[in-house]
Amino acid sequence: MSEKMFIQAINEAIAEEMRRDEKVVVIGQDVKVSVFGATTRLFEEFGGNRVIQTPVSEAAGVGSALGLAVSGFRPIVELVVAGFSALVASDQILNQVTKIRYRTGGQAKAPMVFLFCYGGTGSGVFHTQSLYPIFMHFPGLKIAIPSTPHDAKGLMKTAIRDENPVAFFLSAPLHLMKGHVPEEEYITPFGEATILREGKDLTMVATGFCVHQVLKVASEYLNKRGYSAEVIDIRTPVPLDKQTILDSVKKTGKVIIVDEAQRTCGLASEIAATVVEQGFAFLKAPIKRVTPLDAPIPSSTPLGNYLVLNEEKIIKAAEEVLAYGRV
Amino acid sequence: MMKKDLITELNRNELLDLYEKMVRIRVFEEKIEELGGKGHLLGPTIPCSGEEAVHVGVCANLRRDDKVVASHRPHGEFIAKGSDPRRMMAEIMGKKTGFCKGKGGSINMADFSTGVLGATAVLGSQIPYATGVALASKLENKDQVTICFFGDGASNEGTFHESLNLASVLNLPIVYICLNNGYATSLPVEEGMVITNISDRASSYGMAGETVDGNDVLAVYEAARQAVIRARKKEGPTLLECKAHCWHSLSREAVSYFTRDDDYRNKFAPKKGAPIPEEWKARDPIPNFKSRLLSNEITTERETEEITNRIKAEIEEAVNFAMESPYPMPEEAMEDIFCPAREGDRK
Repeated sequence: MSEKMFIQAINEAIAEEMRRDEKVVVIGQDVKVSVFGATTRLFEEFGGNRVIQTPVSEAAGVGSALGLAVSGFRPIVELVVAGFSALVASDQILNQVTKIRYRTGGQAKAPMVFLFCYGGTGSGVFHTQSLYPIFMHFPGLKIAIPSTPHDAKGLMKTAIRDENPVAFFLSAPLHLMKGHVPEEEYITPFGEATILREGKDLTMVATGFCVHQVLKVASEYLNKRGYSAEVIDIRTPVPLDKQTILDSVKKTGKVIIVDEAQRTCGLASEIAATVVEQGFAFLKAPIKRVTPLDAPIPSSTPLGNYLVLNEEKIIKAAEEVLAYGRV
Repeated sequence: MMKKDLITELNRNELLDLYEKMVRIRVFEEKIEELGGKGHLLGPTIPCSGEEAVHVGVCANLRRDDKVVASHRPHGEFIAKGSDPRRMMAEIMGKKTGFCKGKGGSINMADFSTGVLGATAVLGSQIPYATGVALASKLENKDQVTICFFGDGASNEGTFHESLNLASVLNLPIVYICLNNGYATSLPVEEGMVITNISDRASSYGMAGETVDGNDVLAVYEAARQAVIRARKKEGPTLLECKAHCWHSLSREAVSYFTRDDDYRNKFAPKKGAPIPEEWKARDPIPNFKSRLLSNEITTERETEEITNRIKAEIEEAVNFAMESPYPMPEEAMEDIFCPAREGDRK
């Protein structure tokens, strides 16, 4: 039994996959020293032909990684802060990478992983954006958002081995979180949500950092008040495990979706739409989304805290949904 | 001097091959313009008539395993690298027998069988991609060379500057071919930059830069030859600017618009079907090269005529092939979005 930090788990997954497959390379900014620790000590072990440092040129970095991927490599592209790089390099990621296989009629494949850090508060209007719903609009790209060191490592390995491009989102507030990471080899499959807590009164769906907030509300607040809430971590928004969510809603009839991405056209909206379309008959109460308000997240903490979701807001939504239909 | 040397240095077959490929591109593009109005072509097409010497002069230096990343005006680039005009015509008509089963169309297609790894409608978006293809050759220690085609317009995109810098920093085996035809759609190049030669930009990135007459297939051939040798010997990337004219109607409309007087400009938007300017015609790379071949007694009028007739029949055959090919089944629209899972990975 080994306790590791989230970012260490990512680092381990990358190092192990680089040892396993010589076509796995790391490319991006500051990858020799590593700003957040995802690529720490890789340059020392694998050298400059496997760990390729680029200038501050996101479009050139991503486009070059696509050229590598199409030529048989499996690049991991360190893009550091999603709120900057995902948008600066958006044509390369969203147009060029996601459509390369489709527009070539299957001649090309682009096995590559984009490493993004996102979330948190107090870093200013650009840093904290949770941009994965934008990526969900582009068919051809998978998306993983781990919530524990265990899943961080397992999902990262799956991402690196996947034949398709994967956008891998690392929650900034979780970077230093410690958790159990098995010593032995394992991978965590895509498209399989995990039920972290079983329950019969309410389904709570979440991803990334919110999973921990939701678990706390379920096990501490709701449990003490006699409600049993089921907590689902969807882990990969693409491919989305709809079945696990629908099965849970069938059991509970009530659902709240907690997500730190922007409310309008967000991940929570997509899950809500899916439940309404495919599980309407199971519902005993309207679905509630708990998300930040539709505003940029400013640096000043009191302002930021007003906008983002927190346990209090989750509790309020859960209580409203649980109370629905009771006289 | 250089031209005279080359016409004696290259053998008859090599010279006739240059001529034949230029004719193949011209005939293909004339056919595209002809078919364009008849509803057979699905998606936009941007023909390259007038620019053939650039595509042919560059690609004549390439091996089959060298890579080409194409521009938004790609037909000549594909044909020059050896792609099959039949499958290209089928792709442009949205047929299943096209390179990409109809999913690429003219401006977004690729033919991996000849190493043409993709054209793109997004100007400049191919430059980082090509740079990565060259990086792959470097990491594998291969002596392959990558050619990246783009226009004067794309050289104002950030991707151009980022990529040239990166290629220089990493010493990549790539040759950037900037086909400067004087207009970025309607914008005259002198209104888009204050320098005369785009190749001057190479010096910002510490790489070799050269400007050649893109109407002269032998001048392009020689300049590209030097650049390809440099890349193959791992001596660094090159920015080669080829100045040529594009006869495609969009540019023609633009040039007529900009050369008319103010009164005309105020009254009319660019008009379709504007004539090819006489000074452009005078620089047509194909008859000019033919004259040189004739005056050097490399070929005869009769032989060039035979070549043209043979190519016309070949392109006619390509059209028939494409016309007779089936469309993809509608539900194939949902294929090729994701790759199938790799065997043996999920255990």
